[in-house]
Amino acid sequence: MKTLRGVPASAGVAIGPAFPFRRLTPRFERQRCADPAVEWARGEAALATAAARLTALAIRARDQGLAQQAAVLQAQALMLDDPELLDAVRTAIEEHALCAEAALSDAAERYAELLEALDDQYLAARAADVRDVARRVLHVLLGLTDAPGANLTQPAIILADDLASSDIAWLDPAFMLGFCTAGGSAASHTAILARELGLPAVAGAGAEILRIPADTPLILDGGEGLLLLDPAPATFAAYEAAGLAAQSRSAEAQAHAHEPAVTRDGWRAAVLANLSSVAGLQAALAAGAEGIGLLRTEFLYFERATAPTEDEQYLAYRAIFDAFGDRSVVLRTLDAGGDKTLPYLRLPPEPNPFLGLRGLRLCLRRPELFRPQLRAALRAGAGRRLKIMFPMVTAVAEVRAARAELENCRRALVAEGLPAAERLEVGIMVEAPAAALIADHLAAEVDFFSIGTNDLTQYTLAADRTNAEVADLASAYHPAVLRLVQGVIVAAHRQGKLVAMCGELAGDPTALPLLLGLGVDELSMAPAVIPLAKQVIRTLDRSALRSLAQGALALSEPDAVRVLVRAAAP
Amino acid sequence: MPQITLTILNRAGLHARAAAWLARTARQFRSDITVLHGERQASAKSILSLLGLGAGQGALITLRAEGEDADRALQALGRLASHDLEAGV
Repeated sequence: MKTLRGVPASAGVAIGPAFPFRRLTPRFERQRCADPAVEWARGEAALATAAARLTALAIRARDQGLAQQAAVLQAQALMLDDPELLDAVRTAIEEHALCAEAALSDAAERYAELLEALDDQYLAARAADVRDVARRVLHVLLGLTDAPGANLTQPAIILADDLASSDIAWLDPAFMLGFCTAGGSAASHTAILARELGLPAVAGAGAEILRIPADTPLILDGGEGLLLLDPAPATFAAYEAAGLAAQSRSAEAQAHAHEPAVTRDGWRAAVLANLSSVAGLQAALAAGAEGIGLLRTEFLYFERATAPTEDEQYLAYRAIFDAFGDRSVVLRTLDAGGDKTLPYLRLPPEPNPFLGLRGLRLCLRRPELFRPQLRAALRAGAGRRLKIMFPMVTAVAEVRAARAELENCRRALVAEGLPAAERLEVGIMVEAPAAALIADHLAAEVDFFSIGTNDLTQYTLAADRTNAEVADLASAYHPAVLRLVQGVIVAAHRQGKLVAMCGELAGDPTALPLLLGLGVDELSMAPAVIPLAKQVIRTLDRSALRSLAQGALALSEPDAVRVLVRAAAP
Repeated sequence: MPQITLTILNRAGLHARAAAWLARTARQFRSDITVLHGERQASAKSILSLLGLGAGQGALITLRAEGEDADRALQALGRLASHDLEAGV
């Protein structure tokens, strides 16, 4: 037995034989053709055949709900029908009497090199797509049948240097158990594809995986980032048992999704959903969400040429409020800037967008953007308790300015004779260390806090978790982050204010004992993890977890915290 | 010659999905349609040359059409600004 360590790219466990994926570069002899007209006809027919096969694969991917893969395959089919590519191939055949194979490879390679030279990671991936389509045409021209995936005739774990959508399209989806790549990171294309396919994946496992013989028994642990070779029978049994247990746990959790999450000592946890589209409403309700703890309103602003109008926003908020009846919905005002830019705002590029004009900073600077949202929220919240939350706060003055805007909008609506929410709760996201450190001052200005652990972690640790080089530094279990969280909770509770948590940590079943021990009042998470989180909470004894939290706060290393917390997990 | 200027809103820029849509739509018209981005230019009907523009998010592109259905073509292609933009991951 041997264990290889990589980066967790998509959670889940796969058990099965190895399938080394190798891209075949079909070999051909560079030669002149006897009759250019006949040769061009042969080339044109091969291009059309390969395009038809790609279109069929695109339709299959679309029918399986694989939007991303379908888009890439459709784009590839269009490349084979590209007037410029066809011209280049025809010219090479007709004017230089080249064989179709050479004419096509040359033309495709020129485009691939051009795209690579643009120094853009998306376009570099398209260069791989161009080379892949050329291989597909060569297959047709040479009458080859040994496609890269032809030997995949049983369910297996796919091993490759890296996998693009176009590579995966060579493989039969029914036989893909999971992916392990030598290179790449959790943010790489393979990782995104694996998550879209719902398959476990490990990235960056090193070149050694490329030497694993076909059919070697493997266990791929996507959650831990491990690939186990020739596992011992006991390891096999343990993984199989864990898999079965996870299945039955998830079925059990789903069965109780709509029941409250009450700890063994009788504390009822509020478990809410993060929502980023109206379309996600049904999933949130079905998962047993007791409200929306974070309504990311950015979805109304993206993918369009102008900002949404007040009325448009009013209708969207109204639909969401109505769906949740008298349950709590926390509306977060526009959190643009950072990595989320809106071209129609015509903001000048910033050297460091995460430390720039984002969140509330931007809204306060742009009343014409801020006011329609506040007015829409107030109108939609009429007759119910409206909870509104401001993102990216670092100073008391910002909260006061935002509240003043909100009050002005409310007065204006009343003066216009329009209904406006009267019962109002105002909160802020705590995601910058500055906000956490002055939580006592901020608590005096607001009704609640919501801790955004993703940003709080990256700002506190000065590490971008999507950057594979430093991702391991960006752990929410770092004592620096935990101390800030504890400080926020203590300061808020002293003034009788509620503390919610809406980052990824809040939905992590392993972190729940720690969060309850620290005294988090409300948890908001992705709908998919709600049933399991509720089930975990039901097994916990909250009063006993305070000492666990104290123990974690005393540790010096994130890994030590992780070990302590794991041991406490049910 | 009629022309319009668009901003690429898509986070990934004018790449696979958006370029495919542009090329497919352009091919429905008889006019010659040229896309300009900075000093580079491409045929709107060629996905490979569109990708070669390297137009990232926020890039300004100008579409120029010449032919009998030039106005209708630009009207259709102008929808790119609101079409099929991949939401951020």
